Amino acid sequence: METDKLLQSEVRVINIGLAEFAHDLERCDVPVVHVEWSPPAVGDPRIAALLAKLGG
Amino acid sequence: MTTVVNQVRRAFYRDSVALMRISRAVAALPGVGDAALMIGSTTNKKLMQDAGLLNADGEGASPNDLVFAVTADTLENANSALAEAARLLDEPSTSEQGDARWHPKSLDTALSQLPGANIALISVPGEFAAAEARRALNRGLHVMMFSDNVPVADEVALKQDARARGLLMMGPDCGTSIIGGVPLAFANVIARGDIGIVGASGTGLQEVSTLIARHGGGVSHAIGVGGRDLKQAVGGITTLMAFDALDRDPGTRQIVLISKPPEASVANAVLERIGQSDKKVSICFIGTGEMRVPPNAALFSDLRSTAESALGGKRIGWQGTAPSPAELARRVGRGRTRVRGLFSGGTMCAEAQVFFGRAGVEVTSNVPIPGVREADAGSREGNVLLDLGDDEYTVGRPHPMIDATLRNRMLAETLADDRTAVVLLDVVIGYGAHADPASELVSALPDARARQAVVITSVCGTEDDPQSYSRQARVLEDAGVVVAPSNAHAAEIALDVLRALA
Repeated sequence: METDKLLQSEVRVINIGLAEFAHDLERCDVPVVHVEWSPPAVGDPRIAALLAKLGG
Repeated sequence: MTTVVNQVRRAFYRDSVALMRISRAVAALPGVGDAALMIGSTTNKKLMQDAGLLNADGEGASPNDLVFAVTADTLENANSALAEAARLLDEPSTSEQGDARWHPKSLDTALSQLPGANIALISVPGEFAAAEARRALNRGLHVMMFSDNVPVADEVALKQDARARGLLMMGPDCGTSIIGGVPLAFANVIARGDIGIVGASGTGLQEVSTLIARHGGGVSHAIGVGGRDLKQAVGGITTLMAFDALDRDPGTRQIVLISKPPEASVANAVLERIGQSDKKVSICFIGTGEMRVPPNAALFSDLRSTAESALGGKRIGWQGTAPSPAELARRVGRGRTRVRGLFSGGTMCAEAQVFFGRAGVEVTSNVPIPGVREADAGSREGNVLLDLGDDEYTVGRPHPMIDATLRNRMLAETLADDRTAVVLLDVVIGYGAHADPASELVSALPDARARQAVVITSVCGTEDDPQSYSRQARVLEDAGVVVAPSNAHAAEIALDVLRALA
């Protein structure tokens, strides 16, 4: 089970959004990569949702 | 004469916390009335308009643009403020946004940088959060979504998709999780132990986990599920998955579940699942009435009793002697009779209401639990307990656990009100929270001798938190604030002071 694996393994985080959260994890020596996020697809949430659905 | 000046920076994004810091620095400059730095979304433009901060220049911004908006006494001061904002924004080495390092711009590039990544922590604006979560689930990542304002239909779809893949979808509006000792978002440094927690309430989870940790217990994992998970529409999808995982986890010997009272059909499903477990389960449905629970479970309506149950019945109490209510009542000015709660944690506010209800003391709230009347925004008479993290106070503004500006202003007003006898607060520390909330709060208090009301709080945190429990408590006590050993004790002592005044 994926959930069981998560609870037994090292937590490795992709942080998308507030940079603070990535800094906090770094301070705890947790492997983390911060994504420099910005609103996609000319800022239109509907197009962003469509792109994500299509696997983009 | 107030001047409004807007400047738009095209195709530029910074996260809301970084922008809040710059706005505050700029708002403190000479002659500046108000300042906002926001992405030009429709919601933000409306907020700036309502605050009298928007002009035609800002009006033309798109969600990809950043709007600088200031009001000042002169055009010169407005322009200096904009120049300072631009300087702070362009200085990566000094901006608290972080660092000058290169960061990937896409999830796929990030994944190639961190093989074996297993959690995506998402805190982008709500309207974009579901798309990011879908992308993460598609790549086999568990998701913790801190973002709120996500439509419930998106939540249901994401949770169903996650369940089909065997992945945990924690959130939206999930403030706190601790997985394998790792604090995610707003969480505390908690010793490892054998107590597993599932929580639909971020501050509820923080209060119970810190009470456990400060009294010798430890936590295996604390899984946040988001505030709506136990609503009928969502059906407890993540709660049930998290419970399953903790039930199978050999490192978890007992389980705590924290939520507002769920709707009957969801409660039945959750209680049925609990009954299938061999593990002891402590259930906290805040403010709940009677309910039949399986033999391996015990039901509580407040956070402290839940933590005590998880600690094997150990009593959580005052260190040394509790303060004397009669003594505290002597500090209260003549004719002052009411309690005003200014909470940053919604569940702390709910728990305080539980104690007022039990004591038969009438109270109103903007987040009323069953049996409590909703506070009328216009005339807030009598005892009022407010959750300042609720939407009405946080639209376009950071949460009070990050930015104390609003609460400090309300605190000063409340103390100055000659009807206030007791102010009830919470101070939440840990990762994600303000770097020194005690000092920030104390800065808003008049000198203890000039104060005519009693200020009572608890500190939700541990000694190992970056802010340190004892350091925060000392700052507050030195300023004449009563620091109770839990949020429940804070409510109880407030009620005792009321009784002593009567």
